[in-house]
Amino acid sequence: MTRQKVLDLYFMESRAKLIDLAAFLDRVDRAEGQDDFRIKAFRRALTELQKADPQRAKRVLLSLSDPTAEPIKCATTKAATGAWPDAP
Amino acid sequence: MRYIEPHAHMVSRTTDDYLAMVTAGCQAVCEPAFWAGFDRRSVDGFYDYFCQLTEHEPKRAAKFGLPHFSWLCINPKEAEDVKLAGEVIDIIPQFLARPNVLGIGEIGLNKNSRNELAVFEKHVDLAARHRQLILIHTPHLEDKRKGTQLMVDALKADRRIDPGRVIIDHVEEHTIESVLDAGFWAGMTLYPESKCTAARAVDMIELYGRERLWINSACDWGVSIPLAVPRAALEMRQRGHAAKKVDDMIYQNPVLFLSQSGKFNLPA
Repeated sequence: MTRQKVLDLYFMESRAKLIDLAAFLDRVDRAEGQDDFRIKAFRRALTELQKADPQRAKRVLLSLSDPTAEPIKCATTKAATGAWPDAP
Repeated sequence: MRYIEPHAHMVSRTTDDYLAMVTAGCQAVCEPAFWAGFDRRSVDGFYDYFCQLTEHEPKRAAKFGLPHFSWLCINPKEAEDVKLAGEVIDIIPQFLARPNVLGIGEIGLNKNSRNELAVFEKHVDLAARHRQLILIHTPHLEDKRKGTQLMVDALKADRRIDPGRVIIDHVEEHTIESVLDAGFWAGMTLYPESKCTAARAVDMIELYGRERLWINSACDWGVSIPLAVPRAALEMRQRGHAAKKVDDMIYQNPVLFLSQSGKFNLPA
C-alpha cells in the first residue's frame, strides 16, 4: 500500500481514537483520587508513540507486560488488568 | 468467499450466529474446550461438557449445514486445582477417537503459575502419548509475553513435540516472532478490545507472511464477534490483497494445519 492509501483508509479512524485518548486522559485528570499502576503504565506506554523505531505496537505491548521469567507460586485471581502491577 | 472458523466457542452462541456464519461463507467451525465463566466442581461436569462438544454441538451445527469439530482439555483458568485437573485429563482419552475430535486444546497458561505450568505439561504429555494435535491458549494482556515464552520453552524441551503440529493462539506483535521462529503455527484472535484488531492482524500478515498463520474470532460468552474472520478478509481486500491470498489465510491455512489430525474432512 502507498502511504496515501494508508492515510485514506485509516486516518479518520485513527484521528477519532487519538481524540478519545486525549479525552480519556482529561477525564482521569478531572477525577478525584490517586493514580494507580494502570494509568502510570499507560503514561509510560504513551512515550513509545513518539519514538522513530517502527515497532511501536510491539514496544507498547512490552511496556505493559510482566517482564519477569519465572512462574509465580500460585494464581490468586483469574483476571488480567492490562498492566503489570509490580512495575516501578 | 469461503472460510474456516478455527476457534469458536459455539456452546455460548446463538443459532442466529450459526446462520450468520454460514451465510458469510463459513465451511467448518472448530471448538476448543474452555472455561465456562465459572469453575466446575467435579470431573462429572467435564464429562458432560465433553459430551456436549462431541455429541450435541455437532448436531446443532449440522442443522445449519456446518461441520463442527472440537478440542478437549481442562482450561488453564481451572488448573490451580491440580487434583481435579488430573482427574479431567484422565477421562480425555476415552473421547479422543470420536469423529469430530481434532486434538488437545485449548491448553495453556492464564496467570503463569507453577500449577498451571504443571497441568500444561500434563496435557502436552497426553497429546504426545496419543499423537494428538495441540491448540494453545496464551495468557491475557500483561501476562501474555511471559506465558508465551514459558510454553515455547517447555515445548522445545520435549523432543516428542513436532512444532508443525502445534498452534499457539492469541499472538500479538510482541509474541508472534518467538512463536513462528520456533517453528510453531500462530493464531491471531480478533477481539474488539483485548488481543488483536483486524487491522493489526493484517499488519502482521504483511510483516511476517502467510505461512503457519491463521486468524480466528474465538467468539464466546464475552464481548466477541462471530463474523470477525470474514471482516478481516474484507480488511485484506480493502488493502489490495488478491483473492487467492485472502483464501490462503482464511481457508487454506486452517485446512493445512487441521488436516494433520486425519479427521478434518469437509464435504466435497
